[in-house]
Amino acid sequence: MKRRTFLAAGALGVAALAAGGWLRYGVRLAPPGRALDDDARVTVAALVPAFLDGALPVHAPLRDSAIIETVGAVDAAILGLPPIAQHELAQLFGLLGFPPARMALGMRTAWSDASTVEVQAALQRWQGSRSLLLRSAYDGLHQLILAAWYANPRAWPDIGYPGPPALS
Amino acid sequence: MNATTPAVSLRPDPIREGLARGWKVLDATRGTHDAVYEADVAIVGSGAGGGIAADILSAAGLRVVLIEEGPLRSSSDFRMRESDAYPQLYQASAARKTRDKTINILQGRCVGGGTTVNWTSSFRTPPRTLAHWRDAYALQGFGEDDLEPWFERVERQLSIAPWTVEPNANNAALARGASRLGIAYAAIRRNVHQCWNLGYCGMGCPTNAKQSMLVTTIPAALDRGAVLISGARAVRLTHASDRVTGVECAAMDERGVAPSGRSFTVRARSYVVAGGAINTPALLLRSGVADPHGLIGARTFLHPTVVSAALMPERVDGYAGAPQTIYSDAFLDDVPPEGPIGYKLEAPPIHPVLAAITLPGHGAPHARFMRRLPHLSVLIALLRDGFHPDSGGGRVQLADDGTPVLDYPFNDYLWSGVRRAFQSMAAIQFAAGATEVLPIHGTGASFTTAGSARSGIDAFDLAPLVTPVVSAHVMGGCTMGADARRAVVDPSGRFHHLANLFVADGSLFPTSIGANPQLTIYAVAARLATAWASQWRTS
Repeated sequence: MKRRTFLAAGALGVAALAAGGWLRYGVRLAPPGRALDDDARVTVAALVPAFLDGALPVHAPLRDSAIIETVGAVDAAILGLPPIAQHELAQLFGLLGFPPARMALGMRTAWSDASTVEVQAALQRWQGSRSLLLRSAYDGLHQLILAAWYANPRAWPDIGYPGPPALS
Repeated sequence: MNATTPAVSLRPDPIREGLARGWKVLDATRGTHDAVYEADVAIVGSGAGGGIAADILSAAGLRVVLIEEGPLRSSSDFRMRESDAYPQLYQASAARKTRDKTINILQGRCVGGGTTVNWTSSFRTPPRTLAHWRDAYALQGFGEDDLEPWFERVERQLSIAPWTVEPNANNAALARGASRLGIAYAAIRRNVHQCWNLGYCGMGCPTNAKQSMLVTTIPAALDRGAVLISGARAVRLTHASDRVTGVECAAMDERGVAPSGRSFTVRARSYVVAGGAINTPALLLRSGVADPHGLIGARTFLHPTVVSAALMPERVDGYAGAPQTIYSDAFLDDVPPEGPIGYKLEAPPIHPVLAAITLPGHGAPHARFMRRLPHLSVLIALLRDGFHPDSGGGRVQLADDGTPVLDYPFNDYLWSGVRRAFQSMAAIQFAAGATEVLPIHGTGASFTTAGSARSGIDAFDLAPLVTPVVSAHVMGGCTMGADARRAVVDPSGRFHHLANLFVADGSLFPTSIGANPQLTIYAVAARLATAWASQWRTS
């Protein structure tokens, strides 16, 4: 593990909390053509409705497809980032997907079972954390997830954005 | 949304026309097998500096090879969608960050560089900046009078002129608020020709109105036989005794994200580096060129920028209309450059993704502002860094994989400017009629009166990754000056320690500019490259 990488850079508090196990856990390879492995997709699928509560469609079929599309767009966005940033995000999702670390970060429930309220409470703590690492994790997820949804034309009618003008 | 998909193919596309005419353009992501290319001049980077240099040097009859890491995209590709534009046309999908991730840097990475995606603001270098370079850095030959003919030349070439169309409502709000408070403001000149006033400059101009390098100098150079290699990263300059002997390049993979493993070399008599103020120092650092005083990559500046959002009772439609047409220098002019940090105020474009990632927080509070997007008005304050001992800028370093990382620490000197900037922007927004002002900070406290904003902002606990900071301007890192103990390149643009290595981009600047830098880069590059052309033609 290089000192300069995402976790180690600000790991002091977090590493202590996670009792060291996750460092070995490390970075797993996602399937080819994907940045997120299955566990990471579950994590992002729980984070998306927490970030986008009040923005996503309310009713099940539309809401579910919006979440799936947003997770897919997050995956695609990560693949467009430089290798170092991809590696850091893989470490972050590795950490979030490792139960002891997840619990140390304030998420007691597994991502697949977590309520939006519970996830938002964790986000709130990361955002206001004294740890620069946790704040940068919040910031990175904020940027990825909000960009993924609002780049989607499905998001535009609700926010009054007419889309790009037609040129003739 | 198919109904609104523009019929872009019906409009002329000078790049596709040029390719059809037989321009020598190579997409390295699709080819090159350990080839060697030879030329008189190799130019790394096709943005403001590289584009101008390619034009002037090719016009002098020199054989030019232009190397660009990003892709070649043109008006037919520019669909005015953030989901296309950011991954394709920007460094790190518009998410390049400083080392501690405090500052998000918007930087172009495509043929034309930043000029393909900038918001067209065209300012001559402020006289006080040039005076500071002369007085504090003993830089001769870059005074107002020296640069005047070069400004005139590029202004003519790039149709830089006053924008006489009515400003969009976001810019009008800046003018209205400033005017009611007695704060000076003025109109921004733009490098456009027959602009449609669409507001999508940041995603690549779909009508070729923006006179970027992509549609001006680069086509001119290609028409003269210059070679353009896109999708190729300049990895290292090889050198022996006092000369550069080649530039080793890596072909990027299909996504343009990482080297593909294929490589090639460009050999030339002279080498011009113009990769922008993060990539240029990084190339020099990777190349192991002499740096006895540790100056390469030091003093890199960003115009650290903070943002204030406001809700207006009327529609603003900040995604429509020319993005930056009004500015105020009142808060630059009321302090000496060497005093407390000053800031320039501008009004940016407001598109959904840019708005969503800028508005703080998540869930319902975030969604509430997004739902008012058409009523959202936004101001930005660009801090003039690099003029005070407490504003030494950042340092470009290399990550383990050789890519650049900019370490740019924030300090109280900068934060004091951030706080004053939040105050100025909130005051102007309320004076313009805002019903609610949201300085972009923390979890998103907003204010409904000027008084509550004033005391609220005073109480802000400003800190990294609590107060988002962005940058769209990278400058410095290869400072120009006569004294090799204080500067990386000499006032002719030549690297102090090698005979045939030159720099032609914003990394030359001893400080930030205090204004959007494109016109300064154009003029400085034009002046330097014209002198190089006369020397290299005969050598």
